[in-house]
Parts: sequence; structure tokens; C-alpha cells
Amino acid sequence: MSHRWGMAIDLDRCTGCEACVAACHAENNLPLSNPEEAAKGRAVHWIRVEHYYEGEFPDIKVKHRPVLCQHCDEAPCEPVCPVYATYQNPEGINVQVYNRCVGTFYCANNCPYTVRSFNFFPPEWPEPLQMAHNPDVAIRMGGVMEKCSFCIQRVKRAEGEGANPQPACVQGCPAEAMVFGDLNDPESKVAKLAKSGRATRLLEELGTKPKVFYLEKTS
Amino acid sequence: MATAPELLPYGQIREDLFRPLGGVSRRYVLTLVAAMSVVLLGAFAWFTQLRDGMGVTGLQRPVFWGFYIVNFVFWIGISHAGTLISAILRLTDAGWRKPITRAAEAITVFALMIGGLFPIIHLGRAWFFYWLVPYPNERLLWPNFRSPLLWDLMAIMTYVTGSVLYLYLPLIPDMAQLAEHATLWRRRVYSILSLGWTGSDREWHALERAMKLMAGMILGIAISVHTIVSWDFAMAIAPMWHSTIFGPYFVVGAIFSGLAALLIVMALIRSTMHLERYLTWHHFNNLAKLLLLMSLLWTYFTASENLTVWYGNEPDEMAVFGARTRGAFAPYFWAMVILNFCVPFVLLGVKKFRNITTSVIASVCVLAGMWLERYLITVPTLSFPRLTTATSFHYAPTWVELAITAATFAGMVMLYLIFAKLFPIIAVWEFKPHEEEE
Repeated sequence: MSHRWGMAIDLDRCTGCEACVAACHAENNLPLSNPEEAAKGRAVHWIRVEHYYEGEFPDIKVKHRPVLCQHCDEAPCEPVCPVYATYQNPEGINVQVYNRCVGTFYCANNCPYTVRSFNFFPPEWPEPLQMAHNPDVAIRMGGVMEKCSFCIQRVKRAEGEGANPQPACVQGCPAEAMVFGDLNDPESKVAKLAKSGRATRLLEELGTKPKVFYLEKTS
Repeated sequence: MATAPELLPYGQIREDLFRPLGGVSRRYVLTLVAAMSVVLLGAFAWFTQLRDGMGVTGLQRPVFWGFYIVNFVFWIGISHAGTLISAILRLTDAGWRKPITRAAEAITVFALMIGGLFPIIHLGRAWFFYWLVPYPNERLLWPNFRSPLLWDLMAIMTYVTGSVLYLYLPLIPDMAQLAEHATLWRRRVYSILSLGWTGSDREWHALERAMKLMAGMILGIAISVHTIVSWDFAMAIAPMWHSTIFGPYFVVGAIFSGLAALLIVMALIRSTMHLERYLTWHHFNNLAKLLLLMSLLWTYFTASENLTVWYGNEPDEMAVFGARTRGAFAPYFWAMVILNFCVPFVLLGVKKFRNITTSVIASVCVLAGMWLERYLITVPTLSFPRLTTATSFHYAPTWVELAITAATFAGMVMLYLIFAKLFPIIAVWEFKPHEEEE
């Protein structure tokens, strides 16, 4: 049976430290932004941490939720792309083909999770940062959409080596709140967590069937 | 009231309508140059965008569609002026259509040329727009026929082809006549374009049949085109886009704005080309009443669309609804209601207010209102995504988008001015008495 990659994120463990965000930036050669562009909402992030506050300080409860591409089985972004630049690969990863993307923005408009980023300008890295690029990940040109790939380069490499793949965010999480694995393997940790009573999925009611599971204490 | 143009002697009609083709006035040249300069400015803005990237626009996450898509829907809407209106009038054999049809059909073709550019202008990599076309290639890449954007491309290509034919067919007899009268290059151009028309009975019958056929086909195409444009929104699961009413709503809005554009163009033609005897109050009155009807229909659709959302009270939709009616977009929303409903209702609904000037005023209001309507459909929904963390950014256009938007209106003026110098803006042969031999 082929793989069906998925992720579980334990919200009770997440500290909101954003190490996953930093790890993702380093691994996937995310373009740098600047204060002006970031203020316009144009900074590229493949994963972001949403913070929710309950109550008033000092009697306050804070919840963090890392949001990345949910790699939906029924991904709303896929059918609307006129050139098949985004599609579901046989292992359940929603992939983005940068070279095919013409930049209609339609996928991003139809993504209920708002996890897609656009390259409004061709990316630039000040010297000598371009020396630190990950050679396994393509640099995206200006005018194309990009988003989380579940670190497909790591998945491919691990498959070749017969190891268990770990995306950069999972590896970088100091709280070990994130688990990645094969949902088709009933013995895998992620499959067990996905079936546990603590698992919910984001905006499940839309019928998108995400492959990212959020674990939370249910009262 | 002036007499109906049908009663004038044919010789005079021909002379009146061919006269504007010869010579250019100072005012004509100045207007044309002004329009061309604005078009050039827009071209420069687009060049800037192609050179530097989409970042020169005001687009941002989560508002990925802005002025360009608004203009796209607006101009495709305007294109319904011509073809649809002239096709309906032709099929129902409404005699008063005769001085209107060509002016309307020309609007259609030009509005489509302008509107059809926007899906390309708004692309992140516009130079690869042809990847949406299903052409055979050695890598066996094929476009995705499930994407509404591809339906859009097909629909608009069909519509452009159809409406160019529909404009061209009734031009043939006029061009044959012009070829006889004109000299030099004009004579050559007209005789080539008139395809050797001699005016035999067989040719008239063939033309008549072709026109009827095209009128029938273009009706279906026009309705499908704007339905498909609406599906660019309605097929998405975004709040207040995912609505079953969008197809007919957009078609009604398109005809509404198209009629307004037609009324304005007719008033301009009438005064600048001195065609008061051809475009009479009778025509304006009929079109004004049609405009009023479309205003009421549009209001009905707008009301049903918003009422169901409000009553349903679904949180994601209410965020958009609230922003539109009470929040940041409320001034535009209520301006739209006033421009699209209140103004036409008073100016055209009250008989003693209804004259050529007020119908033009109402039409200008409707154009502004319908542009706002498209803005209100596109931007608020994107400003309020389901996950609220990305909502703090506000879209505002930059000079690039404004320049390109201005260029579309100037482009319309420019194309129309050139067209009116090359072809009679009213179909001359339609007034030709049947028994008389030319």
C-alpha cells in the first residue's frame, strides 16, 4: 500500500515558540521580506502560529495553533487551478509545481486556511545568505504561488534510505508537539494519534478532509 | 418630437450618416490624442508591473484579487450592452432598434477587447498566459478543464468571435456602398471587407438568415459568458461567493450596466455627430424604461442575496456581510444602492423627470454603481477569510492599478472614436426602402 502522509499537532504541548516557523524558513529557502512588505501582509510563511487569548491579563489563557497547508484530500485549491500547477500526488501530498504556475491567485482565494503565499517580487538574499540555500529545494521565481510541501525533499530522501521522514518543523519543535508519518500504516504514531479521541481537524465542516490533525484535551 | 428616422428620404439618410466619416474636427483630434495618452500611461503601468513584479500593485495576502478582477467583470458586463440588447431587439423585430444596433454592437466588441485583457494583466506571470490554451505540445501538458478560469477563457473567446461576426455581418452592405463612394485607400479597404457584395436578392437573404442565426446564438453565448464569469466567484467556497444566485445576478447586472453604457454612448453620438434626427427621444425613452426595469431586477437580486445571508446568520458569511453593510465597506455599499436603485428609480421612474439628460445622468450613476458592486463582491470576501488571523491587512490600489483602470476607459473612447471615423455608426442599409433599387 502506498503512503498517505499526515501530521498530528498537539496543541496542549505547543508553546507558541515559532521554532517550526524558523526551521521551515531555513529548510525551504523561503524568500526574505522587509518591514514594508511584511506590513502589507506579503511576507512568505509556509507555517504560521496563531495565538488565541481567553480572558484578561493576568487571568489569561493562551492557546497556540500552528497552521500550515492541511494537505486536504479534497483540496479546494486543486480543481480551480487552470494549469494543474497544484495537485495531489499519489502519496497524499498537495504539491505545488512552481514552473507550471502562471499566478492566477485562484488557489489562494479558494484556500479556507489562507496558507498560500505569493512571490510578489522575485526573491532576493543579501550576501552571503544565498550561500546558505538548501540545495534540495528549488528557488521560486517572482509571480508564482508557494506553500508548505510537507518537506517533500525530506520525504523522498527518507524513502530512498528506508527511514522515517521528518519535516523541518517537526524536527525543530522543542516541545515535540508535532508528529509526522504515514496515515496508511496503522502502527504509526500519527495514525494512532489521528484516531485518538483528542483529534480534530481545522474547518472540518467544509468537507476538505485535511491530513493535519490537531490534538487537544476535550472536556 | 422629431419625426422617426424611417420617414426621411433614403438619399438624405445616406448622406447624413456617411458625412461624419469624412474629415476630422479639431475637437476630434484633441479627444483622440488625450485618450491615447491615457492609454499609453496604462501601457507604461503594465510594463512596470511586468518588469518589477506584481508587488507594484496593492494586492496582498489575503486580498489576491483587486482592481483587475473588478475591471474584468465590469467590462465583460458592459459588453452585454450591445450584442444582447441588439440581439433581443432583432429577434423580436423591434423597429426602433435600427439606429441603435451598430452603436451597441461596437461597444460589445471594444468592451470585450478591454475586459479580455484583464485575466492576462492580473497574472503573476502574464507572459505564460497561453498555458491556459489547450494546444498540442510535446510534453503532453494539458490545461485543467475543471477550473472555472478555463471555462472563462473558452466563453470569452467564443463571445469575442461571435460578437465580431455579429458586428461585421451587418457592416457588409454599408461597406459595399462606401466602396462606391470613397476614394484611395478607403475604397480598397471597404471593397476588400465587403467581400464582393453586390446586393443581389440571394445575398440579402443569406445575410438575413445569418443575422437571425447569429442573433439567436449570441443570446445564448452572452448569457453563458456572464454566468461563467460569476462562477469564478460562485465555484469558490469563500463566504458570500459560494452562492447559487450569482449566475443570473451577474447576467442581470451585466445587462444593466451595458444598457447604461449604451445610453451614454448614444447621447454622445447624438450631440457630437449631429444625429438628432436619428436618435430621437423615442429611442432614449425606450432604453430608459429598459434601464429602469433592469434596475428593479438588479435590486430584487441584491435584496434576495443579502437577505438570505443575513437571515441565515452564518458567522463566516456575516463577517463579510457586516463589513459590507456596517463596517469598512459600508460607504461603498450604500453608495451602490443609491446609484443603482434610488437615482434611476426617481429619475426614470417619475415620468416628468424622464428626459435625455436625466437618463444620461442615471446611466453614469449606474456605471459607477455597478463598478462598486463588482468591487464589493470581490474585495470584502477576500478581506475576511475564515481563519481570522490574516484579516488585519487592507487592500488599496496603487498608481499602477489606477492608471490601468483609467486606461480602460480611455481605451474605450479611443477605439470608439476610430471606429466612428471608419464606419457609419448607424446601419444605413437598414433604412433602405425595400421596393427601391439602388
